[in-house]
Amino acid sequence: MTSLRWPRGGSDQFRKRINRAPSPFIARGLPWLSIMLASLVPGWLVIASAPVMPPLGFLVLVAWRQLRPGLLPVWAGLPLGLFDDLYSGQPLGSAVLLWSLAMIVLEVIEARFPWRNIIVEWLVAAALILAYILLCLAIANAVGGSSPIQVIVPQTIVAILVYPLIARMVGGLDRARLIPFRDIG
Amino acid sequence: MAPSANRRSGHSRRAQYSTFFGYIAGVAGALVGAIVLSVSIFDPAAFAALRGVASDASLPAGRATASGRASGQDLFTTIGGYFAAGSQNATLRRELAEAKVRLVEAEALRTENLRLKALLGLAQEDPRPVVVTRLTGSTASSTRRFATIAAGSARGVAVGMPVRSPLGLVGRVLEVSAASARVLLITDSESVVPVRRASDGLPGFAQGRSDGTLQIRLINLGVNPLKPRDVFVTSGSGGLYRPGTAVAMVTKVTRDGAVARMLSDPTASEFVSVEAIWAQEAAPLAASSEGAGEPGATRTGTRRP
Repeated sequence: MTSLRWPRGGSDQFRKRINRAPSPFIARGLPWLSIMLASLVPGWLVIASAPVMPPLGFLVLVAWRQLRPGLLPVWAGLPLGLFDDLYSGQPLGSAVLLWSLAMIVLEVIEARFPWRNIIVEWLVAAALILAYILLCLAIANAVGGSSPIQVIVPQTIVAILVYPLIARMVGGLDRARLIPFRDIG
Repeated sequence: MAPSANRRSGHSRRAQYSTFFGYIAGVAGALVGAIVLSVSIFDPAAFAALRGVASDASLPAGRATASGRASGQDLFTTIGGYFAAGSQNATLRRELAEAKVRLVEAEALRTENLRLKALLGLAQEDPRPVVVTRLTGSTASSTRRFATIAAGSARGVAVGMPVRSPLGLVGRVLEVSAASARVLLITDSESVVPVRRASDGLPGFAQGRSDGTLQIRLINLGVNPLKPRDVFVTSGSGGLYRPGTAVAMVTKVTRDGAVARMLSDPTASEFVSVEAIWAQEAAPLAASSEGAGEPGATRTGTRRP
């Protein structure tokens, strides 16, 4: 192009945005990729002899759904839940069922309570997390386990408390999702 | 926050249809989940191949995080060490003094053992592991306790093989794929390990409680003879687990047994060894029928006199 260049590392936000567009792949695919990554990460962080990690994949799914309704389709629970099931240790189909139901429940709640704030969203997410972890325990026990219910108490508390942080990180990802870096000149 | 306007389909027939079919697909997804789930409830091993492919695919990332996890663990223990240094030092000194005595006793026992075995004409068996590998992942957010190891059928791992770390028993192999295998940890509520008390051979079972502890159930009912700090090792009854592998230490005595802590915390053990399935009559059987049996069971070591 021209020999005239703008100083590097400058704070000129607008200059960077001219003639640029966000990559459609990242704009549509980052939610899916981040949820799949969040399904994988708890298994890598620690070789746990007790259920200590919150179900990160589910938390990120709910956070994306609450932040950007409509970005993930209602049926997103099917493929994402299937991926989660492959790594979570739950019997296959448990997350497919529970994530699909969670997406439908969130759709109903959104239609019922269109005006929301952070407290309402946190309460809704907390109720979903509690129901999800309880049902996961019930399904795992139906297949062959016999875990007592007090096993999931620490995990549930951690999951509910960490949810606002997850929502915050998803918010950050949502900003990154729409960074216009693709040159359309 | 108000709902965003683009969520309302308005008069566009196309938008209305796509919303409607979205709901239909959502409900269909839930139904598919219910069907798949009922299949896996009635046949838990139904999708083992699918899980195997998935765990093989994520293996490189698991390997990378395994080494990262080990160094991260070191960092935290280093920091934590400063806080506990004084009391730990005193405890270690006392334990070292005790251990020196025990070591002499153990040496005496070993020589006596060798002498008695020589009398009986038994060859010293060399329990060489099938493979030494890394723990690459675990189901940290589920109530089931599975871990993944970075070795599969390509390196001789087979279903049922016990997995141990230097500190004690970790679990046994449940599903095997080409490059990785799924291990049922002994803390899973479905895992039952036949054990005996290390001091006097009191027999019992150790069942997982999925919270990092094990429930010790004794075979002889009556007066509960267990005490805190009793160590249990595998008894070898029923095959599968080689006798004498450390399993757990009693922390709390209950009415009909005890709650014990797993000795080989898998969090701390980066490397584990997979051992051949132990069976009491494996050696004579394999020797008579065919040469290529189980690698660990047929090998009679000649290194020790």
